[in-house]
Amino acid sequence: MEEVVINSGDTAWMLISTGLVTLMIPGLALFYGGMVRVKSVLNMMMMSFGALAIVFVLWIIVGFSVVFGDSLGGSGLVGDPTQFLFLNGLDSADAAIGTIPAAVFIAFQGIFAAITVALISGSIADRAKFGSWMVFAAIWATLVYFPVAHWVFAFDDFVAKTGGWIANDLGALDFAGGTAVHINAGAAGLALAIILGKRVGWRKEAMRPHSLPLVMLGAALLWFGWFGFNAGSAVGSNGTAGLALLNTIGATVAALLAWLLVEKIRDGHATSLGAASGVVAGLVAITPACAAVNASGALIIGALAGALCALSVGLKFKLGIDDSLDVVAVHLVGGIVGTVMIGVVGVDVGLFNGGGTEQLIKQIIGAGAVLGYSFIATLIIGYALDKTIGLRVSREIEVEGIDLKLHAESAYETYSSSRGGSSL
Amino acid sequence: MKLITAIIKPFKLDDVKEALTAFGITGMTVSEASGFGRQGGHTEVYRGAEYTVDLIPKIRLEVLVDSSDAEKVIDVIVKAASTGAIGDGKVWSSPIDNIVRVRTGERGTDAI
Repeated sequence: MEEVVINSGDTAWMLISTGLVTLMIPGLALFYGGMVRVKSVLNMMMMSFGALAIVFVLWIIVGFSVVFGDSLGGSGLVGDPTQFLFLNGLDSADAAIGTIPAAVFIAFQGIFAAITVALISGSIADRAKFGSWMVFAAIWATLVYFPVAHWVFAFDDFVAKTGGWIANDLGALDFAGGTAVHINAGAAGLALAIILGKRVGWRKEAMRPHSLPLVMLGAALLWFGWFGFNAGSAVGSNGTAGLALLNTIGATVAALLAWLLVEKIRDGHATSLGAASGVVAGLVAITPACAAVNASGALIIGALAGALCALSVGLKFKLGIDDSLDVVAVHLVGGIVGTVMIGVVGVDVGLFNGGGTEQLIKQIIGAGAVLGYSFIATLIIGYALDKTIGLRVSREIEVEGIDLKLHAESAYETYSSSRGGSSL
Repeated sequence: MKLITAIIKPFKLDDVKEALTAFGITGMTVSEASGFGRQGGHTEVYRGAEYTVDLIPKIRLEVLVDSSDAEKVIDVIVKAASTGAIGDGKVWSSPIDNIVRVRTGERGTDAI
């Protein structure tokens, strides 16, 4: 590390941003929880909270080191897990990274790892063993998220001397995690949904969201937290953070409108679930691009993501894959749109904005590499776990309700359950 | 004695209640019901996936009347509940053997 001076303005913003990104976990839990049926809302929310806990523990032990340690052999593939094992002294009040305390940077980046894992849970609603999900979260974070985040987020000479290949050698732009977070989680969600298989009654019985107000609340909290995610990725209190924040609103509202427009034309109704989904699609797509485009570019990316994600939600029915809460249509598609569109509308680098095709090709390679690695690695991890500890609950548990059978709780006091009597 | 049962549209409950009260009916039982008739169900769309919901919310209204009032009460309900559109509901009457008022023990038509 170079000699640094801690900047109080930068530090203040990053402290706040860390709080904001942490709020995305309960935000996601509500967003997902509202979309499932009443018998599995608690399990759905627990998968987000559980992911946060297990991944952040791992982050302190070895995750930070694998992401931000010196690249092993200079390969750009994986950071040295021993360099910052148990943070190795960075968890002191004096240590700095960039212009902020190392502790703040570590906490901020740790939540990125947790939210990425939590995002995956949307594809396996109602049917995954909770313990197996926790084991999957730990293994997936270690073997997939940490290396991929090293590829994308570890810049040479920032935390360590040598960083990841996408950030330094390829030079693909990904400001806050279109590849490492969203394409990564989306591809993993697809693989896991394939391994777990369809829910009992999928496409035969109605699987309606049990509470759309919860979905709306979750989307709102995600949006609020995303300001920390995107503008906080400037790792400073500066103009870049400001631009990222502006674009995080612009793209999101454009995506909301585009999603509703698609619905109105296709289904005849603009829905609240569509509005909430459009919000998240826009947030996903602007994540990699929020510092690389101007406000007009953000509107274009948002509108494109909203429309394409809305059109993609039907694909799972054609493919016969029960990606229950559309992790693929929202995060994989949205992540690809945002990452690739930097090469089209990015200021000075985009095809239509002063650049040639050079950046566009880099963006496509970066997106494709993360997609391919995540999908294949998740298939392998998923199959291994399914054959050993088993990933899916029994049919009886699934039909009667995973909340009651697995967690011994029900989300809401209903008339029939309140008459059941109780004993201590 | 007759039991008049009416299945009506929920938003028509107040009109029917007022009309029955004006007729002189002093008591009734109202419950939320769901079902379908010629109107069929309705369709809901979530992220582009259409779900057909068979059962539509309705109100079930029950009134005990003297046999001589039964046809008139049915007319009152039908008039008040009608919109002319499909799904307005049904009204029927059934014979009742006995009625007891729990508080006083009165029986038969005295208990209405």
